[in-house]
Amino acid sequence: MTPNEFESHPPASPEAKSYSTRRDFLLQIGLVLNAVAAFMIGLPIVGFILSSLIKSTPRIWFSLGPVSKFPEGAMRLAVYENPYRREADGETARLTCWVRRIQGDQFTVFAANCTHLGCPVRWFEESQLFLCPCHGGAFYADGGHAAGPPPRGLYVYQHKVEKGELQIKAGVLPTLASPS
Amino acid sequence: MSAKERRIISTLVNVAMWFERRLHLVKVWKATGGHPIPKSSASWFYVFGSMTLLCFTIQVLTGILLALVYIPSASEAYQSLEFLNYRQELGWFLRAMHYWGSNCMVVVMFFHMTQVFLWGAYKHPRELTWISGVVLLFLTLALSFTGQVMRFDSDAYWGVGIGAAISGRIPIIGAQVVNLLLGGPIIGSDTLSRFFALHVFVLPGAVLALVSLHLRLVLLKGINEYPKPGVQVRKETYSKDYEEMVHKDGMPFVPNGIGKDVVANGLLLLVIIALAVFVGPKGPEIPADPAQIISEAKPDYPFLWLLSAAALLPNGSEIILFFVVPLIAVILLFGLPFFSNQGEKHYSRRPISVIVVMLTYLVIGLLTYAGITGPWSPHMEAWSGTPTKPEFIKGRSPVELQGALLVQSKQCRNCHAIGEEGGHRGPDLSAVGTRMNEPELVRQVIQGGGNMPAYGNNLTPQEVKAMVSYLVSLRPPDTIPALNPALPEKSDHVSAGGPAKEPQAGG
Repeated sequence: MTPNEFESHPPASPEAKSYSTRRDFLLQIGLVLNAVAAFMIGLPIVGFILSSLIKSTPRIWFSLGPVSKFPEGAMRLAVYENPYRREADGETARLTCWVRRIQGDQFTVFAANCTHLGCPVRWFEESQLFLCPCHGGAFYADGGHAAGPPPRGLYVYQHKVEKGELQIKAGVLPTLASPS
Repeated sequence: MSAKERRIISTLVNVAMWFERRLHLVKVWKATGGHPIPKSSASWFYVFGSMTLLCFTIQVLTGILLALVYIPSASEAYQSLEFLNYRQELGWFLRAMHYWGSNCMVVVMFFHMTQVFLWGAYKHPRELTWISGVVLLFLTLALSFTGQVMRFDSDAYWGVGIGAAISGRIPIIGAQVVNLLLGGPIIGSDTLSRFFALHVFVLPGAVLALVSLHLRLVLLKGINEYPKPGVQVRKETYSKDYEEMVHKDGMPFVPNGIGKDVVANGLLLLVIIALAVFVGPKGPEIPADPAQIISEAKPDYPFLWLLSAAALLPNGSEIILFFVVPLIAVILLFGLPFFSNQGEKHYSRRPISVIVVMLTYLVIGLLTYAGITGPWSPHMEAWSGTPTKPEFIKGRSPVELQGALLVQSKQCRNCHAIGEEGGHRGPDLSAVGTRMNEPELVRQVIQGGGNMPAYGNNLTPQEVKAMVSYLVSLRPPDTIPALNPALPEKSDHVSAGGPAKEPQAGG
């Protein structure tokens, strides 16, 4: 049998036609079966890929420690364990934020991520400025934009003081699309 | 020839023919390695394609070997890289080969693309060959970026952070894109697993598929003949002319046309081995610990130009850099064979193409150079660690010396160099007294401006005075202090003040 015999069409006799219709029917049934199966397995797979988007963990309050850890009028780098951490996260679960205790229970808690491209900003006590090492973005002590390419001031986390402890809501990488 | 030898030969021939009858090897060979090429195509300029393929082969082989030891887990990746570097026999060498192979692949691919562009090889009928090549370029860059994340150190961590920050600027769906990129709300174990899957399964698989298509097209449509100035590509006649030329004046690619490729690839392999042995693998730097906020997050070479551009373009133009420019680039790259489908191939008749190539090389080259030297990045330790040369201190009054101290302690030098030492984000202050006068400097210090923060709330009036009097004194001997063109009526006073300060200026 040469390959051409596969390609050539059978003669159009009535018998051959019904034969070909049966083949067409089988093909169509097969396609429908496969489409149903692909949909049944495909939808959960799409869900699997998008799972991090679909299941959103409710943000909880967690403590950065007693208020006394933060002297009045000072800026401190607070290191905390990501409350949503998994075992395999390793050191990446050691998250940080800049805590400014204005006075008493008045706080502001800044994300360390620069609003320009996300590099970690550093606080300089002497000039009372946050400086970003990547492109020289600068922010004032109140988080306001001071200079450089950042499009806005520092991202701020929600915070409250309860039972003498400073609590915040964090655990999401702040970006321009989701500032806190 | 003895009867025994004859028997051995006939047995070997029979074995060979047994395979030939089943695999049609002669036919396969004639259609692939032995396909005819124009004699003019065996040129030193036509070696970059096979060199790119060599790099990819190195990446696949070294990548498989590295995967035998590497652990794609955020808690263990770093340790497994240290193990590869210091404990595993030849682990450091494989890491270095993989790193330099990747950099070389991007560079050689860029040369390949340039050559194809300048020699007009993208024109009819090789449009799809060009387009598949453009897809391969983007896949290679994606491999380079995801590979950088495998080196799970602080550069990788903050590099992903930069990727997330850029994605977060996408209108409407920014937050969702960031979440999908990171595999969750924050950089962690899911992020590394995700990049690992992309780096070792998805992207290399896509490259293999695209390379197959690319090579298939090279075989189907033939390798580009070496263009001659004045010869025009015509859709109607090109394929027929090409067939005729290859038929009349062609030769088989193997063995006649492949010699220069073999030499070039041998040299490239030696270069990559030399880089691996003498320069070694990159990193890992300090661990991916977000609590260590001392990272500067510099990407690998192929992306430095992008970070430079982000620093040097005017503030607020990021949306143009990250979305509009890439979109235009994609349209131009994919559309090229349709914008310019026929006509002259030779670069000597296509001056605009030559200018485009020169500009592209100049821009990417200079931005990469700027990225390596990083003049915009503040030197975060300059204020505490960089000395001031005596000539910028000597002969100053006590008030000016207090100003010099303030310039140091208020972190001015993180961004401003004095005597070329310090940051270069802002202007060098060595001769600022020749450019700005007292009122201008007071205004600049208090209000900031340009890329400088305002220090008004952070300096007492007396400190501002001290700092500015020091800055005014910063000018080389025998130079005139700056006048203030905005205040002409006071210019007498300013220039009168100038000479009085002359003895203190410079050293």
